[in-house]
Amino acid sequence: MEALDRDLEGSEVELPVEPMLINVGPSHPAMHGTVRVVMELSGESIARCDVQVGYLHRGFEKMCERGTWTQCYPYVDRCNYVSPMLNNVGFSLACEKLLGVEVPERCQWYRMALGELARISDHLTCDGAMAMELGAFTPFLWMMKCREMVWEILEEETGARLTHSFGRVGGMAKPPTADFKPHVTAAVEHILQVLGEVERLLYGNRIFLDRLENVGVIRTEDAISLGWTGPALRACGVPYDVRRAAPYLRYGEVEFEVPVGTRGDCLDRFLVRIEEIKQSARILAQCVRRMPDDGPVNVDDPRVVLPEKGDVYSTIEGTIRHFKIVMEGLKLPAGEVYSYTEGGNGEMGFYLVSDGSGTPWRVRIRPPCFYVTGGLEHLITGHMLADVVPCFGSLNMIGGECDR
Amino acid sequence: MAKALLDLLRRHFPDDLLAVHSQVGDDTALVRAEAWHAVAAFLRDDPRAQMSMLVDLTAVDHPDREPRFEVVAHLHSLERGHRLRIKARVGAASGEGAEIASVSDLWAAASWAERECWDMFGVRFVGHPDLRRILLYPEFVGHPLRKDYPAERAQPLVPYREVPDIDKIEPFGSSEGMSFGRQTHAHPAGEDDALIGPPLVDPAAREVR
Repeated sequence: MEALDRDLEGSEVELPVEPMLINVGPSHPAMHGTVRVVMELSGESIARCDVQVGYLHRGFEKMCERGTWTQCYPYVDRCNYVSPMLNNVGFSLACEKLLGVEVPERCQWYRMALGELARISDHLTCDGAMAMELGAFTPFLWMMKCREMVWEILEEETGARLTHSFGRVGGMAKPPTADFKPHVTAAVEHILQVLGEVERLLYGNRIFLDRLENVGVIRTEDAISLGWTGPALRACGVPYDVRRAAPYLRYGEVEFEVPVGTRGDCLDRFLVRIEEIKQSARILAQCVRRMPDDGPVNVDDPRVVLPEKGDVYSTIEGTIRHFKIVMEGLKLPAGEVYSYTEGGNGEMGFYLVSDGSGTPWRVRIRPPCFYVTGGLEHLITGHMLADVVPCFGSLNMIGGECDR
Repeated sequence: MAKALLDLLRRHFPDDLLAVHSQVGDDTALVRAEAWHAVAAFLRDDPRAQMSMLVDLTAVDHPDREPRFEVVAHLHSLERGHRLRIKARVGAASGEGAEIASVSDLWAAASWAERECWDMFGVRFVGHPDLRRILLYPEFVGHPLRKDYPAERAQPLVPYREVPDIDKIEPFGSSEGMSFGRQTHAHPAGEDDALIGPPLVDPAAREVR
């Protein structure tokens, strides 16, 4: 047995001088999605790194070209498995923009409410996971419990906890349930209360703050050049929010603030998300107040909306209409459109190209995560190895959306 | 609003601007592929355009057209709030010669977007510092978002890469996923046979197979 703690000074033991290659992922507890980061370490800091994505590539865009427009909904759901409703709404709006229809007022408020619920669940997941990775397990459990409440509402509305496939071109699959408003009000109140507790637990925690403050700082012009949008860009101080910059649905009529950070570090990205949950709660309260309790949810347009089931079974017109829409697919006019909404992580864009038939010619999804993750290399180069975890966590990379 | 942008482009690139349209409010300019980088640089740097953000860059395949691929970039000016879509057509009908200048020196976002475009369509971005596949693996054959990509056909199986000191088992055989291979735990006869029971797989039956 030899002493392991002997003095290296003057001994023949040599420490390696060449840089060390270390590989994290593609499946690693600190990597939310499946992403691989190959790093060249110099001591404990990262000299060079290569971020490799694509482990979750399922050919989303190719699959969309093989069905009807309506059949894209399950796919856009599975792009973002934390806030799929925002994708549903975004895709519906893109199709409707090309088609030139606008959904009724009730549906607009309904879409907004469901979308904000999804945004809350998205931010809760990201911030909770971030805290957990830095050792704070309690806030994570509390926030997951809140997310569960959100998902229970969405399950009540759509029938599915996660992959709702609830959007339709020209409306929604079902009108809101009778208890939608009281459920939302109750859940939001509880979530805000828990959020306050989480804040009290974390904001005085030296370990948590030291791991985030001035870590992963990015300059504003770099973030813009990298195509960052959403909370990651707003943490740099750019007040760009699609809901404010180019209001869709009824976002122009509701009151909410666009929170921004000042330094663009991991803490700012965390705080921006917390604040956005509160703003979503504000928007939800206004949606609940202003959403009409009755009235149509779908547009009155036989080209795109399926007829009532009763009509399908009893009238020849209804049967034919149903058959045409289901078998041939609803037809979008030939042309191209780029429609963008505020997703959970930033600008969620859909670039659709239609040749006028019932099958999409090209469905391009502009994933906010892809561009945000593209900046990870820039973000962590020069940092310590341990900083990779909060930096990566603060970007909220969603594998399904990034890799499609 | 961005009509002014199209007029600006028309003034500065009278020979390179092939077509414009503003379908459903999206202002679009089709430019000559040779002028792609010049137009992009102009739009980024001119104070009247200030396109500080490359929102997205992708391509569309039209196999029936002669310049087959349409490279599409969506630009956005955070300062001025306007947007513009620029397009350029490249590539022969066979899919060969699809080349266009990279704009990754103008926007960092183009670095990954162009890699994806190369991966999915096989459009080569000249001047890109690191043009390799991004979503698919290096051994992938073809470019899947091309319309003539055989989607029903499976990709050739990729053998495990040569790693000298890891004793890996050949993939896709009967032993796939079993780190020690398929084993029959034969034990010395007469030793608690009744307790353990016969082996699950008869060794003799395996020999025949």
